[in-house]
Amino acid sequence: MSMFKIFNVAGSAVSAQSQRLNVVASNLANADTVAGPDGSAYKARQVVFTTTPMGGPGTAGVTVSQVTEDNTPGRRIHDPKHPQADAEGYVTYSNVNTVEEMVNMISASRSYQNNIEVMNTTKSLLMKTLQMGQGS
Amino acid sequence: MLNRLTDALNFQTEALKLRSERQRLIASNIANADTPGYVSRDFDFATALKTATGQASSGPSGLSAPKLAMNAANPAHLQRNGQLAGSGATTDLAYAPTTQSNLDRNTVDMDRERANFADNTVRYEATLRFINSSVRTLNTAITGQ
Repeated sequence: MSMFKIFNVAGSAVSAQSQRLNVVASNLANADTVAGPDGSAYKARQVVFTTTPMGGPGTAGVTVSQVTEDNTPGRRIHDPKHPQADAEGYVTYSNVNTVEEMVNMISASRSYQNNIEVMNTTKSLLMKTLQMGQGS
Repeated sequence: MLNRLTDALNFQTEALKLRSERQRLIASNIANADTPGYVSRDFDFATALKTATGQASSGPSGLSAPKLAMNAANPAHLQRNGQLAGSGATTDLAYAPTTQSNLDRNTVDMDRERANFADNTVRYEATLRFINSSVRTLNTAITGQ
């Protein structure tokens, strides 16, 4: 019964999207983190999606193959009174781009909803298939 | 005698199998909507159904070679179309055309996939109803009412 594989496929996508949401949440939470004494602030993280075969041709799920770190330099703001300011009076914040993360979050949640709907539709189809030939 | 009774059902069974296969394909496309480099897949339902039910393909002369499945003793044997014998796939998968290309080379068009998914769902249910009504007809004939 090939339709049962849809639950594996959509399930893998939902799991991958929820991991993406998790990463977005941790990025947003750390948007205003200041660099520690070692001078390196929190770096924005991104998930990398990869297609993974799930039995049969054309049946492809998704996995998160890796989580990468964004290596662009963090925001530097001149604030000599800040306790974490360096010798020149600059404070280094994390390199999280809040607008980008919000867009990422909306995209992830839409994809999540899409896959949930695929599962719901498939479930109702399979329930109707189970009742095949039972009259009226 | 019995195959005459089930002839009408066989056709709908093949249609139902292909519909479920297409449902799985579209679900894979929707799942991979955000995967870089993923290429959207689909197949032509009418051609696939003709192949599956053994009807002659509409060639230019009408003299096309009969589509015979090769004998496979092991599910790992390859069929003529290069697919595994045990996979149950009798259809050639095609790549869906791109309408708006993405920078990450992903060709899933979510609007089209959602439309295809809804369309396929309705047609799957329709096929189910055809089967149900055939069964009801047979039941009526057997009980003689």
